Amino acid sequence: MSLKDYLEKIEPDFEPGGRYEKWYALYEAAATIFYTTGKVNKSTTHVKDSIDLKRIMIMVWMATFPAMFYGMYNVGVQANNAIVSAGATLPDMWQAALFTLLGGQLGADAGSLSLFFYGACFFVPIYAVTFIVGGFWEVLFASIRKHEINEGFFVTSVLFALTLPATIPLWQVALGITFGVVIAKEIFGGTGRNFLNPALSGRAFLYFAYPAQISGDAIWTAADGFSGATALGQAALGHITDWSVNDAWWNSFFGAVQGSVGETSTLMLLLGGLFIIYLRIASWRIVLGVMAGMIVFSTLLNMAGSDTNPMFAMPWYWHLVTGGFAFGMLFMATDPVSASFTNKGKWAYGALIGFMCVMIRVVNPAFPEGMMLAILFANLWAPLFDYFVAQSNIKRRLARVSK
Amino acid sequence: MEHYINLLIRSIFIENMALAYFLGMCTFLAVSKKVKTAMGLGVAVIVVLTISVPANQVIYSLFLAPGALEWAGFPDADLSFLSFLTFIGVIAALVQILEMTLDKYFQSLYNALGIFLPLITVNCAIFGGVAFAIQRDYNFSESVAYGMGSGIGWALAITLMAAVREKLKYADMPEGVRGLGSVFITAGLMALGFQSFSGISL
Repeated sequence: MSLKDYLEKIEPDFEPGGRYEKWYALYEAAATIFYTTGKVNKSTTHVKDSIDLKRIMIMVWMATFPAMFYGMYNVGVQANNAIVSAGATLPDMWQAALFTLLGGQLGADAGSLSLFFYGACFFVPIYAVTFIVGGFWEVLFASIRKHEINEGFFVTSVLFALTLPATIPLWQVALGITFGVVIAKEIFGGTGRNFLNPALSGRAFLYFAYPAQISGDAIWTAADGFSGATALGQAALGHITDWSVNDAWWNSFFGAVQGSVGETSTLMLLLGGLFIIYLRIASWRIVLGVMAGMIVFSTLLNMAGSDTNPMFAMPWYWHLVTGGFAFGMLFMATDPVSASFTNKGKWAYGALIGFMCVMIRVVNPAFPEGMMLAILFANLWAPLFDYFVAQSNIKRRLARVSK
Repeated sequence: MEHYINLLIRSIFIENMALAYFLGMCTFLAVSKKVKTAMGLGVAVIVVLTISVPANQVIYSLFLAPGALEWAGFPDADLSFLSFLTFIGVIAALVQILEMTLDKYFQSLYNALGIFLPLITVNCAIFGGVAFAIQRDYNFSESVAYGMGSGIGWALAITLMAAVREKLKYADMPEGVRGLGSVFITAGLMALGFQSFSGISL
């Protein structure tokens, strides 16, 4: 009996009146991984393409893989550097104990595989908790409210996990994804109905509720007795004066710096980002809008200059490779649900993100990094941009008709 | 000049009346269903705040502040206990006058604003703006900038809120949070976005 026959055989059990009707959402989610639904439209409109939300979301999910795998490797590299050259020790966390238990070892001669393995010991539990806790809420809402389990959650979960530092306590991960999925998304009816990016809302919740574990100097490297500021942190204190494209810039570009797991490597993010832009899942208008807003405003600040604020001097190509800018621009800002729907609106939405990111980084001393809040702020404006574009279209067409 | 621009920007974004102080909530939640009416109300609030904050500042500094009545020969008089009563009276009178002026000279705007105009009297964002300006000892021109800024900030917030709610019209919410419940949650999530500005010192 083929898998298809088996799925069709058990389907009646899950339909209304069947033995397991409560679990229909789970059945539907599993079955459509393998086959598209056999249902056909009854009226005159027909869909001829088999591309659906599930396939789109899985593409985005796969597009994060380069950044994810590099991120895990980089967690190992950063910890190893701290241990070898700064005299740090393995942290007193069960993840590190697990690493040792399984025979891993850090040190001057640690190979890249064991570095990757060290990072995996930290990232895989984070991702697993995100997936299990977030998935629990998703299935709960889908079963009770009788809608399908939406694959948008694949993307939300991986993006959320990638924005966290490796050392974050797992109970906070659970709280954060709960906030993101329940408050920012399911309250409004699930995927497609929310107005804020769920992954970022969850992270912002953690950022304001438990700032000690998600910001500062001590948490970015998974090693004890080591504390190092990120490039943005150093720049805010005025420790960086050489703003040319030097070794430090290339390190930032390739991702050999501290940071949240997925955000460090601009190169890997570009790989994944160009892939989803090529598939037309991510909007190139938004990405270019973010770039334009960031370049224009940071150049303006460069020209204005400041004696007291060293961040004024940061050029656009440094803004691009530091912090979460590339990650936010390619994966968070392009979330089609919380962005503007109209083409003109997308330009405005992107430009606002670029502008706000630089604004928060440079002008607001409370937050060294601004990408998360910039995108959440622009999410609020996206419906208004759409409103104005729609109104101007209505006006233009009315003028044409009444002529 | 820079001082006044800073004051304006601070009152629009950093100390946003609706999303940082949560003032003027009743109208903010009730009249934010449509972008168009929200913008109309926003403009009315801007006008009233821009006039009433400096007006009350003048009245306070000439009559009510401790020792303000010196020019009338009462250097020891302190009428500041009357200030809240006076402020609300002044705001109500101003809104009345504004309403009559609009009715007489700007009929179309008057019709567009409808019931929201008299409602502004009891909008706590207006009273909050006046009370803050007095508490912070703003002088006349500072209170003009502050009043206008808080008005613009509030108008901006309610316009954004209305656009978000127009989008959420198609949302399929669980029964318990439909209606006002979801609007409260939306306002809270919007305040999260406005956190971007907290901490900026101008």
